[in-house]
Amino acid sequence: MSSTEKTCYHCALPVPPGAHYLVDIDSEPREMCCRGCQAVAQTIVDNGLADYYRHRTAMPAVGQEVVPEEVQKLALYDHPGIQKSFVRQEGEHVREASLILEGITCAACIWLNERHLKQLPGILQVQVNYATHRARITWDDQAIHLSKILEEIQLLGYNAHPFNAERQESLRRQRKAKDLRRIAIAGLSAGQVMMLAVALYAGAAFGIEASTAALLRWASLILTLPVVFYAALPFYYSAWNALLGRRLNMDVPVTLAIVGAFVGSVWSTSHGSGVVYYDAITMFSLFLLSSRFLEHSAQEKSVEATENLLKLAPAMAVRVENGQHLPVPVMELNEGDAILSKPGEAIAADAEVIEGESAVDEALLTGESRPVPKRVGARVIAGSINLEGPLLLRVTSVGENTVLAGIVRLLDRAVAEKPRLAQLADRVAGHFTVGLLVLAAVVGAAWWWQEPGRAFETVLAMLVVTCPCALSLAAPAAFAAAGSHLLRHGILLTRGHALETMAKVSHVVFDKTGTLTYGKPVLRRIVTLAELDEQRCLALAASLEQASEHPLAQSFLSRIAHSELAPVQDARNLPGKGVSGAIAGLRYSLGSSAMSGLPSAELPSDLPEGATLVWLCDAQHALAVFVISDGLRPQARELVEQFKAAGVRVTMLSGDAVDAVSHIATEAGIESWHAAQRPEDKLAKLREFQQRGDVVAMVGDGVNDAPVLAGADVSIAMGSGTQVARASSDIVLLSENLLDIQRALQTGHASMAVMRQNLAWAIVYNLLALPFAAAGMIPPWLASIGMSVSSLVVVLNAMRLR
Amino acid sequence: MTQTLFFLLGMAVVMVIIAGAGIFWAIKNGQFDDMEGPAQRILMDDDDPRIPRYADSKLKK
Repeated sequence: MSSTEKTCYHCALPVPPGAHYLVDIDSEPREMCCRGCQAVAQTIVDNGLADYYRHRTAMPAVGQEVVPEEVQKLALYDHPGIQKSFVRQEGEHVREASLILEGITCAACIWLNERHLKQLPGILQVQVNYATHRARITWDDQAIHLSKILEEIQLLGYNAHPFNAERQESLRRQRKAKDLRRIAIAGLSAGQVMMLAVALYAGAAFGIEASTAALLRWASLILTLPVVFYAALPFYYSAWNALLGRRLNMDVPVTLAIVGAFVGSVWSTSHGSGVVYYDAITMFSLFLLSSRFLEHSAQEKSVEATENLLKLAPAMAVRVENGQHLPVPVMELNEGDAILSKPGEAIAADAEVIEGESAVDEALLTGESRPVPKRVGARVIAGSINLEGPLLLRVTSVGENTVLAGIVRLLDRAVAEKPRLAQLADRVAGHFTVGLLVLAAVVGAAWWWQEPGRAFETVLAMLVVTCPCALSLAAPAAFAAAGSHLLRHGILLTRGHALETMAKVSHVVFDKTGTLTYGKPVLRRIVTLAELDEQRCLALAASLEQASEHPLAQSFLSRIAHSELAPVQDARNLPGKGVSGAIAGLRYSLGSSAMSGLPSAELPSDLPEGATLVWLCDAQHALAVFVISDGLRPQARELVEQFKAAGVRVTMLSGDAVDAVSHIATEAGIESWHAAQRPEDKLAKLREFQQRGDVVAMVGDGVNDAPVLAGADVSIAMGSGTQVARASSDIVLLSENLLDIQRALQTGHASMAVMRQNLAWAIVYNLLALPFAAAGMIPPWLASIGMSVSSLVVVLNAMRLR
Repeated sequence: MTQTLFFLLGMAVVMVIIAGAGIFWAIKNGQFDDMEGPAQRILMDDDDPRIPRYADSKLKK
């Protein structure tokens, strides 16, 4: 692929030679790569939204043509039974729903969607959240239906899925609002109290009337009250829960310090002598609350992004009735219904196989991602994923929540796992807390014995100055910053250990199709062999492919309008060979050369290497040859070079034939490759690398990659990949940009470095400060500044990762 | 002197209460829900559709 090749104005993919799809944008004809992009661009222009092209900062996904079947499927969303789970009734006809928008790449996409939907009659309100890619839409059900709204979004080239917002989101919003309120209180109080504290410090240095000092202290006391009795409550709860569970956590010394400092200060204020710590209390609470809030929101962002990926509700199933395929909502399935399960999709209900043979992934149940073979008579479980071939199933039991429950389990895994270093920091901080409390007691006793007047003050200074918050913030702050940095570039971390392992990777293994290449075969050339012209041949081929599920079919269908398709009688699918059928009374076949029975000698010699040839034949002779090939992603070569320069080994494992694999490998500059690999071969190779001591990162996208992805030390799935691949991987490349793998690797290294610095700083600071505090040499103001600065250093250091 | 200070400190407390109420109101109204969108949205020209589709079709009637 050369750089001079024309690219699609809409999606920036190369325009296949011979394609001619023009749309006038800003009064200039622009070229598109396929009919889908053309349709999307035309919709955008027709609605006066061409400004989108001027404002966008990232390219959208490839345009898709809205096909009648899809629209028919959308109509199901108008079903009251389905709507029950995600639509809120606002008035008699006013409804509100939350939708997940797929394909949002930049702010212009959001503008486009909001603007277009607002123009539609019946839409009352549209609001798209930029951060979560979720839309909240209110509409009048008399004027417009939900299916129409979804269809309009599809026309713009995006996909929308309703999701149930009630459950987690409202909970999350409530918690976020609560956290924000606490931070606001702590911030306002800290500002005022600090101002008064400056006056008190100045007074201590240059002299102040006793009555004025007392007044300032009382004012500080009043301003500190909301912090101690409202903002700092979460620390008390957490400490109390830990103590109930006979554990010690970070919040125990935090609580001791806050309560102790407050009680001591109140005592000093009422007696008019001694020191006050109001400034330390408020500052401390503010810092701790804000850093925890940042950590939380980074975590929630990735949970939300994961939820967007794993959307499943409302689940649909294909019911087979009298040989007809009907899409129906899962909750309408009854026992004994026959349903069809396509490869790559989740199975809708617990069922028994009545036709077909396949393997399913039952990782949801067993936690182990491996294909389990299923034959006629075998039982399959709802939510498990069909891996290989279509299965005809008889429903044995229906449970609408099974699938969703599985998803929730997957999500929990993503959130619950903490990186090993963070776990270490937690443990160290735990021991530190125990040691600190013991030491504080000993030091307090010693001071009590020597000089009782200063015992309380010294112990307090010790607790404040050595508060392990720097230690406890060291790891989470670094991970939160790195995670949000990556998410902004379209890289989603779904498992805690991903960054840590990424930093150690020494060997990257790529799948070919869909990973290094677009995974979308493009029709590059048509060679006619008989009287029929190119357009006619294309129409015949596309018509034959209508019924086919084969990945090549789409490359024909995307080149031709639906109106040009001819009805096909007696369509037959010959697995591994091709399709055949009768059009207008004549019999045609489309498939490999083996099917045509003709020698390939008649072909021109300048066909691209590694391309797939598809023959169109009528009963007597060949009519045309279609040259189809899958293009290398433009960044693949650069990525491989970067890895090589960094000393990371690169290997390609592919299930394809040697010719195609070697061609792509040379193009990408990969020397080590293995062709014709079955998933179990790939896994064996992976184990081999691991036994040699390599830390292996696997990049893949397909159903067949799932076990390999699960077996690698760290796995990366393409955002466009199948659900199984995304679910079994640690990192998802939403951006589809291969160079982001390098970015993730670099960020992994950087965040490990930052975390080590943070831990080292926190430990050194605490070890240095402790003896001085114990010796009573640290005055209260210095203790509070030391505590704040040590946490601030850690947080600011982590911010470098953003 | 002390009276002035009393007044100023009282003002400070009142201001804190007002500011706090303001922030609580903003939080309740969902102003912190989307921290990135508004900054991006302001850059788009919203108020001048080139071809007002539905206005156009109404004119034809």
